Amino acid sequence: MTTATDTPPRAGAAAPAVRRRSARRRLVPYWLLLPGVLWLLVFFALPMVYQASTSVQTGSLEEGFRVTWHFPTYWEALRDYHPQFAKTLLYAGTATLLCLLLGYPLAYLIAFRAGRWRHVLLVLVIAPFFTSFLIRTLAWKTILADGGAVVGALDALHVLDVTGRLGWTEGDRVLATPLAVICGLTYNFLPFMILPLYTSLERIDGRLHEAARDLYASPAATFRKVTLPLSMPGVVSGTLLTFIPASGDYVNAELLGSTDTKMIGNVIQGQFLRVLDYPTAAALSFLLMAVVLVTVTVYIRRAGTEDLV
Amino acid sequence: MTDTPTGGDVRLTGISKTYGSFTAVHPLDLTVPEGSFFALLGASGCGKTTTLRMIAGLEEPTTGTVLLGDRDVTDLPPHKRPVNTVFQSYALFPHLDVHENIAFGLRRRGVRSVRRQVDEMLELVQLGDKARHRPHQLSGGQQQRVAVARALINHPRVLLLDEPLGALDLKLRRRMQLELKRIQTEVGITFVHVTHDQEEAMTMADTVAVMNAGRVEQMGAPAELYDNPRTTFVANFLGTSNLIEAEVVEVGADVVATAGGGTLRLPADRCPAPVRAGGRLLVGIRPEKITLAHADDADAIPSGRNRTAGRIADTSFIGVSTQYAVDGPAGTGLQVYEQNIERDPRLVPGAEVVLHWNPAHTFGLDAAQDVEAGAPTVEGAA
Repeated sequence: MTTATDTPPRAGAAAPAVRRRSARRRLVPYWLLLPGVLWLLVFFALPMVYQASTSVQTGSLEEGFRVTWHFPTYWEALRDYHPQFAKTLLYAGTATLLCLLLGYPLAYLIAFRAGRWRHVLLVLVIAPFFTSFLIRTLAWKTILADGGAVVGALDALHVLDVTGRLGWTEGDRVLATPLAVICGLTYNFLPFMILPLYTSLERIDGRLHEAARDLYASPAATFRKVTLPLSMPGVVSGTLLTFIPASGDYVNAELLGSTDTKMIGNVIQGQFLRVLDYPTAAALSFLLMAVVLVTVTVYIRRAGTEDLV
Repeated sequence: MTDTPTGGDVRLTGISKTYGSFTAVHPLDLTVPEGSFFALLGASGCGKTTTLRMIAGLEEPTTGTVLLGDRDVTDLPPHKRPVNTVFQSYALFPHLDVHENIAFGLRRRGVRSVRRQVDEMLELVQLGDKARHRPHQLSGGQQQRVAVARALINHPRVLLLDEPLGALDLKLRRRMQLELKRIQTEVGITFVHVTHDQEEAMTMADTVAVMNAGRVEQMGAPAELYDNPRTTFVANFLGTSNLIEAEVVEVGADVVATAGGGTLRLPADRCPAPVRAGGRLLVGIRPEKITLAHADDADAIPSGRNRTAGRIADTSFIGVSTQYAVDGPAGTGLQVYEQNIERDPRLVPGAEVVLHWNPAHTFGLDAAQDVEAGAPTVEGAA
């Protein structure tokens, strides 16, 4: 800065001006980051800290809660509610698998075979979002109602025999069974599977299929060796976008399930709103987060996506 | 392999392709002899790539048959044809490394130990140190060589190359042309090469088929096509030609015609068009066959040479040669390429000159054709 005043303006003014501009340019990324960081701080980091502190408090609503670093809450929560954790993983995992099995062929069709119908089909995939999540889930109560057409058909096709033996349905009922919860989860999260799958399939160069066919790969081998590996980023992000929110969901279990099909989300909701045991509810939230993080980390390691371009 | 003598021939009989009302390839008969380097040359949209894709099985012909040797493969899907393709964009598998890309075909056919063959191929295309690289880590030329290796390792009856050098810059393209030619000589497999670059086709191929609007215009050895084009399209698309409209005065062992008040002769066997006295004829001569003399020296021109007068309209110096455009009664913008050996300082724009050449280098074409056919246009220049 001092040189700017000492030297004649013509020679000296340019250099600091350039320096100042490049310094400002270096700051641009930080300015762009700022809104996101603030958002994360206020709506994620602070609540996390607050919940963390709640989970190690003791007391009651009347006497007030105080931080006593009471960690045993975690062990007690896990001891009392591990069956619900297991059910959560089972239901969310099964729903994710079903989403993948239903969504992959559809995404494949839209990406490669739909031609001019592509955009219409994509709109249809997201069309359910125009209706409220709750209303759609409630509609499934009607669809799966006792003695309804769907249950009658499943019964006639002996599907209920199989699911009954798996413990997913009871007799000729589907509503208020694990199957109903899984159906609801699958239905509600299917678009979150299809869209990333579609995006990664659509990016695959069609000439790679031709190259594979040219190199003696049958249509099946072409899918196995070229299409599927290249769509793995979509498979991974689709399963994560389905599994993570499905693990935390409580609406489907609440509306379509019974007391036997409670997921961890229902327990947390009950602890917060009915039992008013905030420390246990907070501890359960953290435990859920830990379980999901571990599951996801193991999954990503095994899927090996960092290798894909 | 127990090949019959016609084992590696590619024979297309009456093959055509139509899309709705558009005919991409008109019924076409073509035989590519085993072991030859065959080029399909034409501008974009002339049907050359469609023809290639029908040989590969990636496109189903509307009519006709594709024979590999004596075997009719018309109804075989691509993965069952003993044919491999080097694609224009290479189409390397981005999720596999170079080694696995090259091994792909062998693995699909159930070959267990591929290492030795892959190493040999890497050696052939001089990429031995890149086996574990991913395609995106390679330069364009290296990717191109991987694509060639990936196809060649399968020992196909025919290797199809779909504008494989189109994405490379000029210098690299020249090098790869020689490289591909070397590989073809080394492995002896039939190559069918599709290109829009006439120089590329002439450098590499033993036989060139010039395609235009879904038809083969002319087929032959590069020198034969260049020296004796049979249509204006070939004359203009393959290099540059001066086509002079002339009137036939006499037909004998030589055809004699007049243009712009001068007399031009050409051997009758270099004139495929039906000619009769009084009829019209396009007299063709390549620019480098013409010698340019200043009008003052016109008397020194040996007799028996074709000659026509004119005035230099433009010159451009391009190092090895100088290109002149000459306007005269026989035609405007006649092209003359002179080697820069002894440059006559009088040959500047505005100078009166005489163009003269050996009648044996002259060719005749049917005057009913479009004189401009195949000539580079502004959009076609790229």
